[in-house]
Amino acid sequence: MSIIRWLVVLSFAVGVLLAAPPVGAAPYEDALANLSGKSFKQTEQAIDALGASADERAAPVLRALLDGRLSYDPAGARLVVEGADGALRDAMTGDVITSSPADLDRIRINNRLRRAIAAALGTLTLRAADPARRRAAAEAVYKSRDAGSLEALEAALAAETDPGVKQAMTEARAAILLDARDTPDLDRLAAIGVLRARGDQSALALLTSLPDDTPDTVKRTADAAADAIRSDLKLWEAGQNTWYGVSLGSVLLLAAIGLAITFGVMGVINMAHGEMVMLGAYTTFVVQEVIRQQKFSLWIPGTDIGTTLPLPFPVSLDWSLPIAVPLAFLVTALIGILIERSVIRFLYGRPLETLLATWGLSLVLQQAVRTAFGPTNKEVSNPSWMSGAFEIGHLVITYNRLWIVCFSLAVFATLLLMLRFTRLGLEMRAVTQNRAMAASVGIRTGRIDALTFGLGSGIAGIAGVALSQIDNVSPNLGQGYIIDSFMVVVFGGVGNLWGTLVGAFTLGIANKFLEPFAGAVLGKILILVLLILFIQRRPRGLFALAGRAVEA
Amino acid sequence: MHAPLRTGRRPFGRMLAAFAGAAMSVCAAALPVQAQAQDTIKVGVLHSLSGTMAISETTLKDVMLMLIDEQNAKGGLLGKKLEAVVVDPASNWPLFAEKARELITKDKVAVVFGCWTSVSRKSVLPVFKELNSILFYPVQYEGEESERNVFYTGAAPNQQAIPAVDYLMKEEGVERWVLEGTDYVYPRTTNKILEAYLKSKGVKADDISINYTPFGHADWQTRVAEIKKFGSAGKKTAVVSTINGDANVPFYKELANQGVKATDIPVVAFSVGEEELAGIDTKPLVGHLAAWNYFQSIDTPENAAFIEKWKAFTKNPKRVSNDPMEAHVIGFAMWVKAVEKAGTTDPDKVIAALPGTTAPNLTGGTSEMLPNHHITKPVFIGEIRDDGQFDVVWQTEGLVPGDAWSNYLEGSKDLEADWVKMKCGNYNTKTEKCGG
Repeated sequence: MSIIRWLVVLSFAVGVLLAAPPVGAAPYEDALANLSGKSFKQTEQAIDALGASADERAAPVLRALLDGRLSYDPAGARLVVEGADGALRDAMTGDVITSSPADLDRIRINNRLRRAIAAALGTLTLRAADPARRRAAAEAVYKSRDAGSLEALEAALAAETDPGVKQAMTEARAAILLDARDTPDLDRLAAIGVLRARGDQSALALLTSLPDDTPDTVKRTADAAADAIRSDLKLWEAGQNTWYGVSLGSVLLLAAIGLAITFGVMGVINMAHGEMVMLGAYTTFVVQEVIRQQKFSLWIPGTDIGTTLPLPFPVSLDWSLPIAVPLAFLVTALIGILIERSVIRFLYGRPLETLLATWGLSLVLQQAVRTAFGPTNKEVSNPSWMSGAFEIGHLVITYNRLWIVCFSLAVFATLLLMLRFTRLGLEMRAVTQNRAMAASVGIRTGRIDALTFGLGSGIAGIAGVALSQIDNVSPNLGQGYIIDSFMVVVFGGVGNLWGTLVGAFTLGIANKFLEPFAGAVLGKILILVLLILFIQRRPRGLFALAGRAVEA
Repeated sequence: MHAPLRTGRRPFGRMLAAFAGAAMSVCAAALPVQAQAQDTIKVGVLHSLSGTMAISETTLKDVMLMLIDEQNAKGGLLGKKLEAVVVDPASNWPLFAEKARELITKDKVAVVFGCWTSVSRKSVLPVFKELNSILFYPVQYEGEESERNVFYTGAAPNQQAIPAVDYLMKEEGVERWVLEGTDYVYPRTTNKILEAYLKSKGVKADDISINYTPFGHADWQTRVAEIKKFGSAGKKTAVVSTINGDANVPFYKELANQGVKATDIPVVAFSVGEEELAGIDTKPLVGHLAAWNYFQSIDTPENAAFIEKWKAFTKNPKRVSNDPMEAHVIGFAMWVKAVEKAGTTDPDKVIAALPGTTAPNLTGGTSEMLPNHHITKPVFIGEIRDDGQFDVVWQTEGLVPGDAWSNYLEGSKDLEADWVKMKCGNYNTKTEKCGG
């Protein structure tokens, strides 16, 4: 901002200060008059004053400030709140502003102010009607440990009826008491008991950073409580690591399962497998983009010939993944069939040439996507049902990982059933076990080869839909998974789907238990070394296929 | 008469030949026409257009083309038109050296703008020294280098990392530090400097946790949980992230999902800008920080004009601008000025003319090329907004001169770089000798 603009703002601010009613005015109006976004310091004072005002109009203004919907109008020397409906209101009077002001300066905040707002909002909403909001307020007070909130908190605690909220408020009170100086020892000991019962990392943080004037007896109790929490958390940590391992295993399974078909069942060293995953992720991006725009365009690449059609009915972004899964399967399966018919079928039985050809294909596909979509990452957002986390005890489980675990197991089960119970599955198994015999009983082996490769590619595509939720959607997406996929299939035993399942989860869990103390880099190296040693002992992997299929 | 039946193979072979021919002509069309070699000055652009680094470097190639177009519209340089020679080193480090050699010897370029990763810069260094040409390097890097043939327009550690840590210490009261990086030379050197700096400020070794992950690390569950655990020791904790490239998106997604908010544990990143955030939903990340010498959101007339030109040039109203782009803008303007001053594109004369050259940066100041071949830059700390842009929450007063050799590392604190008076990139002030 230029100096002149600053001067204008400053002069208006001074004007407002002079114009504001002097002594005895309501605290809310005073605080608001001080809020013009001139400096972070001034804004912070205003936030604290709003928090202390106990005025019911203060909370909406603070929430607007937090969301970036509060602006200062230098021409009218007033604060303007933008409502959720887009209407502008004068923060002081609440009147709707009809003529939109020429120049609005959004009041900027930083992390320190965000904390101050959370603390102020906590104090203000302790008596809100909605229990969820009261609970959030109690959590905010717990976090801020602002001694100024103690009075309001104790009043709210006395009036509280909901047991969950009451518990949260008791913990908040304990946090304030333990953190403050001059708390009586008895209260401190009680607070330690409350925090010990809470038993999470934040309680541990409070117990290990007591104020200087804490007497030794209290300190010893706190230390004992902290130790008890630590040993509890250690157990939970093992559970957490197992969960992380399962979740990493499910990602590995998803990435590898398509390869288990093309490499495991057909024996094609398919280096373009990762690119199928990538194409599935880009399909998800396209679906989301169509939903965002609510229209789709069809055109001939490189020309302006084409048309844009609106969607027949509005679709929510939450539906993007269920729509993307079958689409991604179709797209990648078709591309897979095309690759099999045009390249791979000429190369059966020549693994080295297949390796080189598919590797070349992977580069072609990558660069094609880079040319079509650009080299930068594409935004694929998480649907609301895949965002956030929930806690079981002290176990944090994020929804996106949970869904991916379920999804990978579902894909695995479907594939297994398909191979076992459908005609196509039967023919696939027949062709891979003994091609000549299958051909002589009337199976069109060429068609089955194409369909099998298409199936493997299609499954890689739907893996891409899931991976788009946790990784970058960029042309390089597939490269990161190709090594891991081969590792899983080789470790599990080529040609055995169950081996892939067990292999993926074993590698995932082993990796996650190694990572905390070996680090991610060394952890990965250790896994590779262990894998090499294992393959030396059992060259056919965990579950080796026995019998004639091996020699075929 | 019937024509003899053709076997299936021959048309296929012919198709293949036709396809190859078509592909070659397309490739040739993509390269600039080289017929008018006599009356143009050639500018080499050495950025990866394919492979892992294409995500960041393609933009820089576009910026260079725009700047060259613009200069030509102004009448070129020394009465000649400028001509861009774009090559693709494909994120392949040895290929960078090969392509650099090709640009200098075959295309006879007057100057090269290029490289992103430190390893690519290190791989082209010998080529530029041997063939005596000029490289402008636009990316923030780890320092500990000053070469006669290279001009560093990105930030040295004292123009990015140190001010960012200062900000967190003073404004956020951070006492406990997680230095989280990708496992390669830039994060390792930067973290070494930061660790020494933090210790010099009285931070205990227990309060610093350094960790590295491989390139493209996608599973951040364990690391984010460890960061949360490290942050629960009752002291204000922050993460200093030198995570590079593709690993950032999953890292930020995991932070958001595990509920690590900027108000609890802020993350300040040195390699995350507007381009990188374009692939993420930034609503859960509001308040996390980045330190740069430029942000797209900075409100100056120069920046507004640049963004408008950039969007028009790329024909994409959503295209974002970022810090290394500004570095190229500054570097190109300085090179143009130096060539005008020297009256020739002869490398020796241009290298001599560059120190002391000034060029306006996009944030309202004037950057100067220093004798150590680094430039002066302002430092900004920005907080991520919900629209993927940054709000500047702090900035240095005035411009910070780039320091090639860190003052906090043993072995480098006595070194000075001065190509004007001492003609040396690593003059040791203790032993008073050139050569470290």
